[in-house]
Amino acid sequence: MEITLNHYLAVSGLLFTLGLMGVILRRDLLVIYMSLEMMLNAANLTLVAFSRFNQHLDGQIMVFFTITVAAAEVAVGLALIVALYRVRQTTKVGDLTTLKF
Amino acid sequence: MASGWLLFAPLISALACLVWLRRKHDLAMFLSVGTCAISFAIAVALFVGAIPVPQPWNWISITGGVANLTVPIGWYVDNTTKMMLLVVTGVGLLVHIFSIGYMAHDEGRGRFFGELSLFMFSMLGIVVANNFVMMFIFWELVGVSSYLLIGFWFQKPAAAEAANKAFLCNRVGDFGFLMGILMYWSITGTVMFQLNAASASTLATQTSATLTTLGVLLFCGCVGKSAMVPLHVWLPDAMEGPTPVSALIHAATMVAAGVYMLVRIFPPVLSASVGAQEVIATVGGFTALFAALIATQQNDIKRILAYSTLSQLGYMVMAVGIAAPGAAMFHLTTHAFFKALLFLAAGSVIHALHEEQDIWNMGGLWKKIPITFATFALGTLALTGFPGFAGFFSKDEIILAAYEKFPCLYAIGLITAALTAFYMFRLVFVAFFGPARTEKAEHPHESPAVMTAPLVLLAILSVIGGWSILGIHSYIAGGHAAEGHQPGHSLTLGLSILAFAVGSLSAYFLYFNKKSDPIRISLFANKFYIDEIYLNGPVKFQQAIARILAWVDNWIVGGCLVRGTAFVSNLTGEALRLFQTGSLQAYAFLFSFGTILILYFTLLR
Repeated sequence: MEITLNHYLAVSGLLFTLGLMGVILRRDLLVIYMSLEMMLNAANLTLVAFSRFNQHLDGQIMVFFTITVAAAEVAVGLALIVALYRVRQTTKVGDLTTLKF
Repeated sequence: MASGWLLFAPLISALACLVWLRRKHDLAMFLSVGTCAISFAIAVALFVGAIPVPQPWNWISITGGVANLTVPIGWYVDNTTKMMLLVVTGVGLLVHIFSIGYMAHDEGRGRFFGELSLFMFSMLGIVVANNFVMMFIFWELVGVSSYLLIGFWFQKPAAAEAANKAFLCNRVGDFGFLMGILMYWSITGTVMFQLNAASASTLATQTSATLTTLGVLLFCGCVGKSAMVPLHVWLPDAMEGPTPVSALIHAATMVAAGVYMLVRIFPPVLSASVGAQEVIATVGGFTALFAALIATQQNDIKRILAYSTLSQLGYMVMAVGIAAPGAAMFHLTTHAFFKALLFLAAGSVIHALHEEQDIWNMGGLWKKIPITFATFALGTLALTGFPGFAGFFSKDEIILAAYEKFPCLYAIGLITAALTAFYMFRLVFVAFFGPARTEKAEHPHESPAVMTAPLVLLAILSVIGGWSILGIHSYIAGGHAAEGHQPGHSLTLGLSILAFAVGSLSAYFLYFNKKSDPIRISLFANKFYIDEIYLNGPVKFQQAIARILAWVDNWIVGGCLVRGTAFVSNLTGEALRLFQTGSLQAYAFLFSFGTILILYFTLLR
């Protein structure tokens, strides 16, 4: 069976959906964070797939950008989570309701 | 510009008294009396022609377009104006001086004199106005000052209510007056009393129905201000004000402003319309008779005089209606003298008896307060038309004018004259003769000279005011007053003397030396139940409408429109708030759900 663009996109969509589900449904900040990374990677996969099938490098350049931004984001986000954990002794989103109306 | 001080002096006094001198009573008093004296001096100077009339000044000038409106602030001065100025300032000055004594113990004198000055300013404005708009402004100002002065003792509920009543009745009349002014303007294109040739011919070529409507609408102002039937109800109640106010405003000058206005508009408007004249004459004659009948059964000394004023105003209006404006102004002038005198003398009586106004609580006063009695008696003779006194000449002039054209009004005039003699002598016999009926009436004290001096001066004027040697009548009528020898002259003379005799003698036989009222006619005593009819008719109707409108305002406007929209936006906010859970995951879910929806609708459909 030949692997076409549609297969890549399907996998990417699946990954994205899984990531989104994780973000929406999981209770732990760290896991939500990992799901978020998964969504970014789903997008990366799409970009790379298009780059490959269009014989064009633009997509891959975008991926580098995404990876860079994601790395920075992880650095900040993890630091926040650690700091939060120090104060509240928890990373469960159900307990973090101070801003709720 | 010196003549401008005629208006400025009382205005300055009014402002100063009402703003700064409310507590400095004596200063306010001197300022008010002094400025009134200045106005009187200027009126005299104008009368003899020593100073010129000020130049008109264009206040509003809108030209171009479909309508032109030019409203100058200017003076129109002819013989009628000059005489009226003398009457207003002269009687005004005497009333001011009388008030010094009468109000001597009142805590609010500063305010009183300020308001009196405001009245003088407004009244003089009416007299000198040369156009309708200027007159209307001052017309409203006298309404305001009358309102303030009727309600001077506003802590008395009756006085506060009387002030409101006067103001509201005047409103009704003034609405018609304003309509009339607008109609006059739309026909002639100007608001001036003096029309140029083009405007005059436009006015003359109108249909008689239009002219009658115009005349009657303008007459509405007079009905309100001069208290003609059916808007007469405010004047008797206005007696709640201080007595000098009753004398100046509600007898001599302001209520006569309606008649003055009719005389002022007589040549261009009323003279062109027989229909309007008939309406005016009928209303005037009816008021004269109607008020005289009520006066025969009143017991309050000031109310008797108030109904008498109504009756005499009826005479004047009737005179305008039968195309005798000269006679109307003549009667206005003499009436100002003797009715101001009667009111001031009544004030002196009330003062002497410590606020007693019921004539059946008086009696035997003639010996104890001789000056007041003598002047009151002279005023009575002048009012009732005793031969040789002022009222005799002026009233006969009016009755005589009715002789040929309106035999019915002629009869009414004579009957009213008899009734006038009857109720005035009833008043004199009950209040001044017979035994003293109460403790108070045993020991009255004569008023001080500052009060009796104006009485004496007015009494002199009341006696000689009608004499042709003074020439008041011929001066007003512009030199061609009908001298004697009109048809029916001697007949009228005889009949009016007969009316006087019948009225005074029947009063003598019925009331001299009586302890209580021998006749009782509840219809007259209750003023024909007009107040009750108004309360149960128009007032109730108006209250019902007000209640409906209050409901509409409360539920339709307030409930649906104002609170309804507020409720809807509030409800929307509450509903939308449910989505603001504060949970990031919920937002993420809604966000992605929305994205999916958008993708579905844009891509897949």
